[in-house]
Amino acid sequence: MNRVRLADISLRFRHIWFRNLITYHRIWKVNFLVPLLEPAFYIMAFGLGFSGLIGGVSYAGLQLDYTRFMAPALVATACMWNAFFETTYTSFVRMYYQKTFDGILATPVCVEEIIVAEIVWAASKAMAAVAVMLVVLIPLGYANFPGALLCIPLAFVGGLAFASIGMFFTGIIPTIDMFNLPIFLFITPMFLFSGTFFPVSGIPAWAGIFSLLFPLYHLVELTRFLCIGAMESRPLLNLGYLLLFTLVFGYLALGSMKRKLIK
Amino acid sequence: MNIIEARHLIKRFGPFTAVDDVSFAVAAGEFFALLGPNGAGKTTTIRMIYGFSPLSAGELAIFGLDIGADWRRIRSRLGVCQQENTLDPDLTVAQNLLIYSRYFEMKPAVARGRAEELLEFFALTGRRGAKVMELSGGLAKRLQLARALMAEPELLILDEPTTGLDPQSRHQVWDRLLALKKRGLTVVLTTHYMDEAEHLCDRLVIMDHGRIIAEGRPRELITRHAAESVIEIEGPGEELKGYIREHQVEHDDLGERIIIYAEPRGELERQIRERFCVASCRFRAGNLEDVFLRLTGRGLRE
Repeated sequence: MNRVRLADISLRFRHIWFRNLITYHRIWKVNFLVPLLEPAFYIMAFGLGFSGLIGGVSYAGLQLDYTRFMAPALVATACMWNAFFETTYTSFVRMYYQKTFDGILATPVCVEEIIVAEIVWAASKAMAAVAVMLVVLIPLGYANFPGALLCIPLAFVGGLAFASIGMFFTGIIPTIDMFNLPIFLFITPMFLFSGTFFPVSGIPAWAGIFSLLFPLYHLVELTRFLCIGAMESRPLLNLGYLLLFTLVFGYLALGSMKRKLIK
Repeated sequence: MNIIEARHLIKRFGPFTAVDDVSFAVAAGEFFALLGPNGAGKTTTIRMIYGFSPLSAGELAIFGLDIGADWRRIRSRLGVCQQENTLDPDLTVAQNLLIYSRYFEMKPAVARGRAEELLEFFALTGRRGAKVMELSGGLAKRLQLARALMAEPELLILDEPTTGLDPQSRHQVWDRLLALKKRGLTVVLTTHYMDEAEHLCDRLVIMDHGRIIAEGRPRELITRHAAESVIEIEGPGEELKGYIREHQVEHDDLGERIIIYAEPRGELERQIRERFCVASCRFRAGNLEDVFLRLTGRGLRE
């Protein structure tokens, strides 16, 4: 009786997307400050502090400066954090504390449309954050121009994947402080072991297999390809994995959220 | 055609049956109330009507359309004012109305005009730019009502519209609701305030433990289940109790207090006034609260 009805999903979801845009717009300065400063901090910390310890990184047959290796991964992790936070903490607040979804469910909009809107919104927000980051990274020479601009639409695709799994967690956790669990058990290891700070090719093969399962690994590969023109995997396979991940967890998110909201 | 046609509605949550075989109909232009103590199944019934909760069994047609298949068409023709505050705290008063109108796919120009009208009607014009968090309970409820009316609904559903409001705000909400009633709007409301139901409703059902236990017009219910005239006597003596037994007087014995149900200005009333009302006696008109307490019992509930 609480089955997900994909046929009910219409373009009406755009109205909820728009609602989120209005609220985002109200604090846009704060929203833009973080993606602007975050890469600057990382580049300073790793460029000035860390790279003295490491000569360079060999990646895809190239000998790269450490900051140049790591900078594209910042784009990917920012995409992950933005999308994941939006459908976990922010959506949870909207659902549980503000009862926004209950209000919407008295209008000609269904749960499925709300969930799709939240996921698409989170991906849009990730895309905006990445666009702002590139404003810092391109002039500093850490991302090729104009190729790196493709990171912007890519951030939307990656954002969908992280937003979907975030939404799925929102549907299954009972209280907001339980988000610690998916963050420590899933996001943190993914953040560290997705070829972000060191190439996956440098770690033992058995550990590399885990990296392959992380959507962040695939996104990092793609952003690196777009930013510095080199990668160790095949772009279409990476893209395919992100889309598959979105479909699987998007569907699971619809199910878990519908069970949670509709009684 | 009836606006709402509910037949044998059942709603189960696991092993618990919240709504147990409920049937009723609401005609166009009627002001209809669902009355009952907390946990009687009123909100659950209402949630089925606006297609929030799927039915476990039964049939439910709104505007002659099936709620399961035609939920979107139904919801675009009704307005709901939920019990909790579901206003958007991230938005201003006016934005709350305008964003809501988008969910109904109203044209922006039409929505702006409608929002102005409603802000005026609910005396909110001066607060249009205020944040929702800054509104008092009464103002927030008025805004929620305004929002429910944005898409010019044919049916308005109100779940405990005045719970938690101060007397001024309550009366203000009632005034607005009566004005809407005059315009011919069909309204369904839940409440556990008897005076609210008596004041506003054409017809009502009383629910308890998920079932309908009485149905009718407020006056009818009072004469049928209580009486037009009620006498409350504090600290009743043995003599009075004997009189009541002897004459088989309709009454409730609460120990320290006896409530007698009588005809207005009848022989019984006169007798009691003359013979037993030396101590404290209270004569008053019967009301829905008498009906409610007689039907649902006076014991404290969990």
